Amino acid sequence: MIEVDNIHKSFGEHHVLKGISTSFEKGKTNLIIGQSGSGKTVFLKCLLGLFEPDEGNICYNGRFYSELSTKDRRNLRQEMGMVFQGSALFDSMTVEGNVMFPLDMFTNQSRSEKQDRVDFVLKRVNLIDAHKKYPSEISGGMQKRVAIARAIVMNPKYLFCDEPNSGLDPKTAILIDNLIHEITTEYDITTIINTHDMNSVMEIGEKILFLKNGYKEWEGTNKEIFKTDNQAVTDFVYSSELFKKVRQMYLEERN
Amino acid sequence: MKYLEAIGKYFIMIWEVFKKPTKWRIMKSLILKEVDDLVFGAMGIIIFISFFIGGVVTIQTALNLTNPLLPKSLIGFAARQSVILEFAPTFTSIIMAGKVGSYITSSIGTMRVTEQIDALEVMGVNSLNYLVFPKIIAVMMYPFAVAVSMFVGITGGWVAAVFGGFAPSGEFIKGLQMDFDAFHVTYALIKSVVFAFIIATVPSYHGFYMKGGALEVGKASTTSFVWTSVVIIITNYILTQLLLG
Repeated sequence: MIEVDNIHKSFGEHHVLKGISTSFEKGKTNLIIGQSGSGKTVFLKCLLGLFEPDEGNICYNGRFYSELSTKDRRNLRQEMGMVFQGSALFDSMTVEGNVMFPLDMFTNQSRSEKQDRVDFVLKRVNLIDAHKKYPSEISGGMQKRVAIARAIVMNPKYLFCDEPNSGLDPKTAILIDNLIHEITTEYDITTIINTHDMNSVMEIGEKILFLKNGYKEWEGTNKEIFKTDNQAVTDFVYSSELFKKVRQMYLEERN
Repeated sequence: MKYLEAIGKYFIMIWEVFKKPTKWRIMKSLILKEVDDLVFGAMGIIIFISFFIGGVVTIQTALNLTNPLLPKSLIGFAARQSVILEFAPTFTSIIMAGKVGSYITSSIGTMRVTEQIDALEVMGVNSLNYLVFPKIIAVMMYPFAVAVSMFVGITGGWVAAVFGGFAPSGEFIKGLQMDFDAFHVTYALIKSVVFAFIIATVPSYHGFYMKGGALEVGKASTTSFVWTSVVIIITNYILTQLLLG
């Protein structure tokens, strides 16, 4: 579980995060949504420990980040997996090399143990014949799956995803969403996804946090988001005609 | 103020490079790869340039020694001194700043742009140690390249002198041996070690801290070449004053 208490973050005079407090439960898929520039990426980077909040605290299963030593912070990071927007795979390594990288760096497992683990996670993300290929030789959807495999290979407690289905076709985007959701439940991970994809919000958003201008504007589940009368949320989530109709149908059905 | 901040950031980067080392088993393979890319990969251009620079220095010296009272052996002497003291260590370093330096900046810069460095940091890897340390160790092989450059440069001078008809082989070799001071070679190799460190770290700094996209990677490579050259030239002056002055 991750608990966030009143965090603020500024860059020069630009106050990006303005006192956000929330919590993300274990085994659930948590989504952060909001317009571009609302502070989502900065918030995610604060949760990852890449940015340190100017004020406030982040607590990971009872451990306050601000109170951890440099060594403990690095150890905490080894409990985190991250899927970057552009996958961030290492160009010079094969798919297998990318997934094996954290094992090489942080474990003393034998070659065969590492190979078994890599084979297992690649099979789990439905990548069977791509072991020896380089990232440039595989599709965007496959790159995302490799990134997920790399993120979960160390059995992380926390999984962070920055727009995991951006640039993917709708079918692959749904596959990636479902894969992340399944992994979250299966391994009991605290998953936090930064997204603009409303389909993800409706499908896998067990908890949704809506940010606006650096403030927490709303939070709830994907069921509650249909019912909310928060104007900022409805303007953002139901900006397309399709989603407006979906919401209308849902509300009519309920009535 | 901006420059002072950059200098401070550069030294903090150097400090970070040596903190929390990567496992030796992994580092060893990274170093070997960098030796191949940064040193052996540059040997072709070093040999090519050194040979012709040696030849040109010899021809220009010969053409300026018009006084018949001056012995032809002075051509060999001047070629040796120029190549050992300046051309092999400094000129080759400037070329390396262009070839190796821009490769370092663009490869690290591309990793920054594509979030690969963020990926390393999130995993808990000391990205500066992982990316820059192997480059620093690899370029410590650079005095070897400079020694080759000295040999090839002088060979180029001999070829130009003998086959260009400027001096007989015996006279040229006599000039090469004239008043030879072994410390000049030591001085050149000390310089090459310092320049190697600059070639590995200044471009790494420009790549690691760059911001923006693909266009900025190109700009960072150019800026890195300019600054590496400037730092090499200033360091060359300081070292010459300290070691030979």
